[in-house]
Amino acid sequence: MGFNIYDFTEMTHNMHLWFLERMSPAMTTVVEWTIIGVCYLLFIALFGLFLVYAERKVCAAFQQRLGPTRVGYWGLLQTIADFLKLLMKELIMPKSADKFLYNLAPFIVMIATFMAIAVLPFGKGLQTMDFDIGIFYVTAVSSIGVIGILIAGWSSNNKYSLIGAMRSGAQILSYELSVSLSLVTMIIFAGTMQLSGIVEGQRDAWFLFKGHIPALIAFVIFLIAGTAETNRGPFDLAEAESELTAGFHTEYSGIKFAFFFLAEYINMFIVAAMATTVFLGGWMPLHFGSLESFNHVMDFIPPLVWFFIKVCGVIFLIMWFKWTFPRLRVDQILTLEWKYLLPINLINILLMCLVVLTKFHL
Amino acid sequence: MILSDMTKEELQAYLTGEFPDAAVSVGKQYVEMVVKAEDLHAASQKLKSSPELSFDYLICLTGVDYPEKMQIVYHLESTLHRHVVVMKCDTADRNEPKIDTVSDIWRTAKYHEREVYDLLGVIFNNHSDLRRLFLEDGWGFPLRKDYKDEVRIVER
Amino acid sequence: MSELKEIIISSDKIHTDQYLVNMGPQHPSTHGVLRLLVQLEGEIVHHIQPHVGYIHSGIEKMCEAISYPQIIHLTDRMDYLSAHMNNEAVALCVENALQVEVPDRVKYIRTIMDELSRLASHQLWWCVMGMDLGALTTFFYGLRDREHILDIFEETCGARLTVNYNVPGGLMFDIHPNFQKRVKDFLKEFKKKLPEYDQLLSDNVIFRERTNNIGYLSLEDAISWGVTGPSGRGSGFSCDVRKHEPYSAYPLVQFQEKLDTKGDSFTRYKLRIDEMWESIRIIEQLIDNIPEGDYAVKMKGVIKLPEGEFYQRVETARGEFGVYIISDGKKNPYRVKFRSPGFSNLFALNKMAAGHKIADLVAIMSTLDLVIPDIDR
Repeated sequence: MGFNIYDFTEMTHNMHLWFLERMSPAMTTVVEWTIIGVCYLLFIALFGLFLVYAERKVCAAFQQRLGPTRVGYWGLLQTIADFLKLLMKELIMPKSADKFLYNLAPFIVMIATFMAIAVLPFGKGLQTMDFDIGIFYVTAVSSIGVIGILIAGWSSNNKYSLIGAMRSGAQILSYELSVSLSLVTMIIFAGTMQLSGIVEGQRDAWFLFKGHIPALIAFVIFLIAGTAETNRGPFDLAEAESELTAGFHTEYSGIKFAFFFLAEYINMFIVAAMATTVFLGGWMPLHFGSLESFNHVMDFIPPLVWFFIKVCGVIFLIMWFKWTFPRLRVDQILTLEWKYLLPINLINILLMCLVVLTKFHL
Repeated sequence: MILSDMTKEELQAYLTGEFPDAAVSVGKQYVEMVVKAEDLHAASQKLKSSPELSFDYLICLTGVDYPEKMQIVYHLESTLHRHVVVMKCDTADRNEPKIDTVSDIWRTAKYHEREVYDLLGVIFNNHSDLRRLFLEDGWGFPLRKDYKDEVRIVER
Repeated sequence: MSELKEIIISSDKIHTDQYLVNMGPQHPSTHGVLRLLVQLEGEIVHHIQPHVGYIHSGIEKMCEAISYPQIIHLTDRMDYLSAHMNNEAVALCVENALQVEVPDRVKYIRTIMDELSRLASHQLWWCVMGMDLGALTTFFYGLRDREHILDIFEETCGARLTVNYNVPGGLMFDIHPNFQKRVKDFLKEFKKKLPEYDQLLSDNVIFRERTNNIGYLSLEDAISWGVTGPSGRGSGFSCDVRKHEPYSAYPLVQFQEKLDTKGDSFTRYKLRIDEMWESIRIIEQLIDNIPEGDYAVKMKGVIKLPEGEFYQRVETARGEFGVYIISDGKKNPYRVKFRSPGFSNLFALNKMAAGHKIADLVAIMSTLDLVIPDIDR
């Protein structure tokens, strides 16, 4: 089994053959699925913990503090300690909560997150499922999460939770439009919905640079709407702690709360990963047209590293929003979407169509 | 040093003319005026609406428990003329004091009166929402001088 | 068509109703144990009924049993952010009653400490205002600068929050030799930091949208509800006691009473920022000119006030604070009443916030700058 950090296609193919030699095809499928599932579980848990740690350090930097420093070197073990604490905490359920829905809600949120993460291309050949309609699938699946939030708010039998859930519902349903439309803009440009195809199309230059002004507008809108979709500040109305204590997850404790918490961070990762894939060239290295030597140096950096550098950059941007801006009000958030982002988006699609029709980008 | 259009003496003279039934005197700091309980509401109305006086800002409303009477004290200021008057009103019955509300004249009096009711047990007639403010129902009226609480109060 | 009819009929049966939400006594944005009974329709606030008294400590009753110097200790515990002004009110009231003239040095130091307290209080208010609106970073920016003032307090009188620096007749101790230098250093630094506040919050588009034309309070309402301090001045109610009944060294300094007539949340916010500049101005005028002299007048061991009634108004960071002492000539007062600014300001909340969204209620409450022990006493 060869191991090539620039191209995983061969490796995964060889693994598949290795399993097929030793067991039946059905068994192979089961084993492979299990391995992939475990990998994703590990990835989500570890990357979630890393994101929580990163958030703390980033927010500390914005607030002129150090952040966690006591547990482990530079506080690296802080989030693990927190996670252990959450695991050990008592699970408290309100007496009059709807028990079935109350317990179901965190899982729906988590499942939506897992489903969305399945199609992300981490590197060449490092993608679990490569649908022809990859982008469509991600937008469809990621909006399932709001059902979990609505159920959580409703079943908690708490007015704050309900207000938070309703806000979240209104917000996510609206911003889903902007996310989809800004992605549609890029689909028009790329000519495919397949994520690997989109990445492949950015071999010579990232869409953000190639797509002229429409791509830039689409990227900004996608970032704004994506932040809103993940319920993060300045759009964190659903869990506005100064108004609604903790919003839809007020009544959740222990590991169930951790699910919501983790899902929020992983959703942030998904938004960043989508932005990376569609606008910033996915795992493709940074290339400038004729600078041959520069392009070669960039090629030495493995795709996985490229992918995570870009994702972390976008995540840093999203964190920057959160720790700088005050929160919007619920009517302002809807005004922003329906009166500004949506019309801009529609005009932007027209612009993009013009660009594509006139072959201006070539 | 008090900045105002009228000096204290002028204000006293003016008030004496306007309110013949009230006893107006010049105190150490402010002009004081004692009105009868039955005149209170009318006098307050006049203090606020008369353009020469226009006492539109009720600084402080409080009650004092004297051995034989319950007194309500109103510190009033005119935001226009910047003069201050201390209006006092005695209630007839110390044990079951009753007095007219002024919360319809100065809005802030609504809650100041609730506080006075809470701590001194003064009933304000025509008050829209006379409930206890700080304490529980059935606590007693702690600012009365005959209030006894062996558990919670350290007497000296 | 028949289906459509069915839907229309069934929508008549939908029963919508207003519902009550208890904000508090434990709630992140009530800044203490305040309970607001909020009547909501969806997100819109219809009526707010504040319930107070959760930390009513009976200070007025306690005062009847203790001596005048002891009363000063209790006043720290009411509005702990304006502790020095509260102390000063009682000290001034007793001094006026006894007709004691304190040395100029005392007046200067008191005024400087007043304005430092006001700065510290407004800084904390600014942090919390940002936090209530979801801008968590402001919290640390404000606290960073406030720490310097608290350090100065600590060096001056040993306490950081409940300073307890006044006694009838003057101050408890003289200022620390470093006092003037440290205050000047602080001012120099803070004058650079204060524009940051504007950059971070005041000039932010979202912040402007959240506060402009929100929580309107008219001049008539402000006066009638007795809303004082920057909250009242935002509606054009000229209520600065420092101007209208000057005390301590305020007659000697040049400063402006900041007034605005717009009466919305942003105006109240902006006035507090402006007031910080004015406080800096006042301290700068005084800090180099503290006259030599005694830091206190020798008072009798047991202070007895003459029979009579004494009222003293001071301007705290929240508004007009009043002490009303009725003395019967004994060593402890017959009756003490504290007129607290928060008490009057709080109850105007319904007037300001009714009709707005629940998020605005939080923002409006922040602009009132409530301190709950000040309300409950």
